[in-house]
Amino acid sequence: MTEKKKAINPQKNPMSVQDPALRVKNFNEVALGYNEAAVIAEAGRCLQCKNMPCRQGCPVDIDISAFIKLAGEGDFAGAAKKIKEKNALPGVCGRVCPQENQCEKYCTLGKKHEPVAIGRIERFCADWEMANGTGSQEVAPPTGKKVAVVGSGPAGLTCAADLAKLGHRVTIFEALHIPGGVLMYGIPEFRLPKAIVQAEIDNLKKLGVEIQVNSVVGRFATIDELMQEEGFDAVFIGTGAGLPHFMRIPGENACGVYSANEFLTRTNLMKAYLFPDFDTPIRVGRKVAVLGGGNVAMDAARTALRLGAEESWIVYRRSKVEMPARQEEVSHAEEEGVRFKFLTSPTRILYNDDYWVTAMECLQYELGEPDESGRRRPVPIKGSEFILDVDTVVVAIGQGPNPLVPRTTKGLACTKRGNIVAETETGATSKPGVFAGGDVVTGAATVILAMGAGRTAANSIHNYLTGK
Amino acid sequence: MYRILKKDVLVPSINLFEIEAPKVAGKAEPGQFVILRVQEKGERIPLTIADFDRARGTITCVFQEVGKTTMELGTLNEGDYILDFVGPLGTPSHIELFGRVVCVGGGVGVAPVHPIARALKEAGNEVLGIIGARNKDLLFWEDKLRAACTELRLTTDDGSYMRKGFVTDLLKEAILEDGKIDLCLAIGPLPMMRAVCELTREYGIKTIVSLNTLMVDGTGMCGCCRVTVGGETRFACVDGPEFDGHQVDFAEMSRRSVIYKPQELLAREKYQQNNACRCTCKGGSCK
Ligand SMILES: Cc1cc2nc3c(=O)[nH]c(=O)nc-3n(C[C@H](O)[C@H](O)[C@H](O)COP(=O)(O)OP(=O)(O)OC[C@H]3O[C@@H](n4cnc5c(N)ncnc54)[C@H](O)[C@@H]3O)c2cc1C
Ligand code: SF4
Ligand code: FES
Repeated sequence: MTEKKKAINPQKNPMSVQDPALRVKNFNEVALGYNEAAVIAEAGRCLQCKNMPCRQGCPVDIDISAFIKLAGEGDFAGAAKKIKEKNALPGVCGRVCPQENQCEKYCTLGKKHEPVAIGRIERFCADWEMANGTGSQEVAPPTGKKVAVVGSGPAGLTCAADLAKLGHRVTIFEALHIPGGVLMYGIPEFRLPKAIVQAEIDNLKKLGVEIQVNSVVGRFATIDELMQEEGFDAVFIGTGAGLPHFMRIPGENACGVYSANEFLTRTNLMKAYLFPDFDTPIRVGRKVAVLGGGNVAMDAARTALRLGAEESWIVYRRSKVEMPARQEEVSHAEEEGVRFKFLTSPTRILYNDDYWVTAMECLQYELGEPDESGRRRPVPIKGSEFILDVDTVVVAIGQGPNPLVPRTTKGLACTKRGNIVAETETGATSKPGVFAGGDVVTGAATVILAMGAGRTAANSIHNYLTGK
Repeated sequence: MYRILKKDVLVPSINLFEIEAPKVAGKAEPGQFVILRVQEKGERIPLTIADFDRARGTITCVFQEVGKTTMELGTLNEGDYILDFVGPLGTPSHIELFGRVVCVGGGVGVAPVHPIARALKEAGNEVLGIIGARNKDLLFWEDKLRAACTELRLTTDDGSYMRKGFVTDLLKEAILEDGKIDLCLAIGPLPMMRAVCELTREYGIKTIVSLNTLMVDGTGMCGCCRVTVGGETRFACVDGPEFDGHQVDFAEMSRRSVIYKPQELLAREKYQQNNACRCTCKGGSCK
């Protein structure tokens, strides 16, 4: 170990990936992960800093240097256990967390060199544990308390698992026919294999959690009815931010315009890429424009190529540095041939007599003064309109909370935008016994934050139920 | 899994299923719909609720075999199971005492009109039902509608039963003879609803239509079901399915409804080839 420290590799150990030319033709996972030698070598780059700056960048406070140390010693089971103390879904987070804005951003090594590839090490340990099945789980004796979890995204899954381990009887109600939330319907297979999410769901069932799919809360029962008539002692709401925003420009309802949610749901959840073997169709034209610059936009643009589009454009209002997408996704998209139009925003969508998209009129922008988010505000350049020749448009400019639960729950305080108000430290809402977390509270955010909120709420629910 | 308790072939290619779904039945109201999926590789399709029985925990759906999924659904029999069945979805019909109401049902749309007409009558309205089909063989539920409405009038396009003509002909007569109609409700094929709306607009009669757009989730998550109503984009699955017919952009809706026409044809063809005749006709009469 000591010899290694003398000569630090300035770069992350590379992770093997599928060749771009091949992968744009399939939906298999792009990033293939480390092998044992690579993970040990990468762990060896860690300086084991006393002050652990990386840990401060972690939204759920994982003891990063400790798990890296264990991984470096080849104790992958121990490393996975260490991660799981704080992160219930490491196999997911290792793949989808924006590490460059979190742990890796603060890594000491990153000041001079590339930071330690914390995410890749996390992923390896999680996968190793999943493959070698060491994760024994203790379940406390039954408490006799019943908890309803509404929504089965990362927030709901985590909350349910934690509560089940504490001995409570948990039922998850999920609107769709498959649990997993965005992890199943939104994030594509090539970035997050569904088998990994499924393994987490199977694990929940092993813990005794009952999952009722096809159950839209607010329709078949309200939160109040769950508590008063179905005997649930507490409720966790993790319904996410599933309501797609549109641009509100002319032509947006033309045939060939999709919300990213529809585009990705048809593809991922309904497997439209396997049509006609699967029944759900999707139509991707020759030239696709995706509006937006986040992970959702990258996923849609890369999906479009895999569905056979000849050209796939990201059309984004700001410039490259402001794009909120994970760095890795942006470079993967570039490698695959996704093209970018920065500082550009559409003004209207043009269509033919049959109402099919034929082109999009766009306006060019330049960067002005910083706005409240600290990013420089894009300002339109007068007279800069131009026509982008496209036949499919995917709108990926963000999502709001689904209004169904807020609308049907009396006494549940919400913000102007319809997000549920919940205390950050506890997840408690304005309604006794009702807790909430994840995107429905924060607005569209990240898997790790949703997971963390689910865990926080589980602790509070436990205290609430046991009278602490 | 949701068990089919009863199957009734109402007329060739229009089936009735009574499905065991207590969670849906417990809350179902007239005007709402369900989304179902037949098998693991299946698509999610919406069907309007034609009846419900809270006590028995059942939902009745009536569907016409038009595409692959409805054909496949039609091959199921009593005792078989439907894989996924979710609801009740959408906003229920607005039921109150309006006065004199006309309920127009065309084709398979007669089925969803039924619970709404019944609820309107129970609320004290005088309900005139007008139902129509292409011909006598395609007309169903005359008796049920007669019971649900105060008065029922029927028509067939070809005159093979009752009056010859379209539902709009009967509607126009009703308007002319009775003068005051407080509300009109129309459910059926898009061109029919559109024609009803054009007629009632002339006479200033408020008209509600139930839109059967394409859908995926049915919970407001995808926007596949968007329609323009009064110049605003609305999601049929949560804001509807019922809307003020005079505000609906029918031209847009009909173009959006055929987005996947080529794929639908392909899927149907492939299905028919593979299942040369295992359909409900039991032996080839469907061709
Ligand atoms: C395409 C895409 C890519 C993304 N990529 C990344 C990424 O790379 N990294 C990252 O960190 N984050 C990413 N995100 C964001 C991340 O997925 C979300 O922040 C996270 O999933 C939120 O979790 P959640 O549990 O709050 O809600 P969700 O995952 O949205 O789950 C909510 C669940 O509740 C269900 N539901 C809603 N209403 C009801 C109801 N009334 N009754 C019953 N069930 C209901 C929904 O069907 C859904 O299953 C991405 C998001 C998308 C859409
Ligand atoms: S900051 Fe980087 S080098 Fe330091 S302990 Fe964390 S991962 Fe290791
Ligand atoms: S069907 Fe998806 S939003 Fe209406």
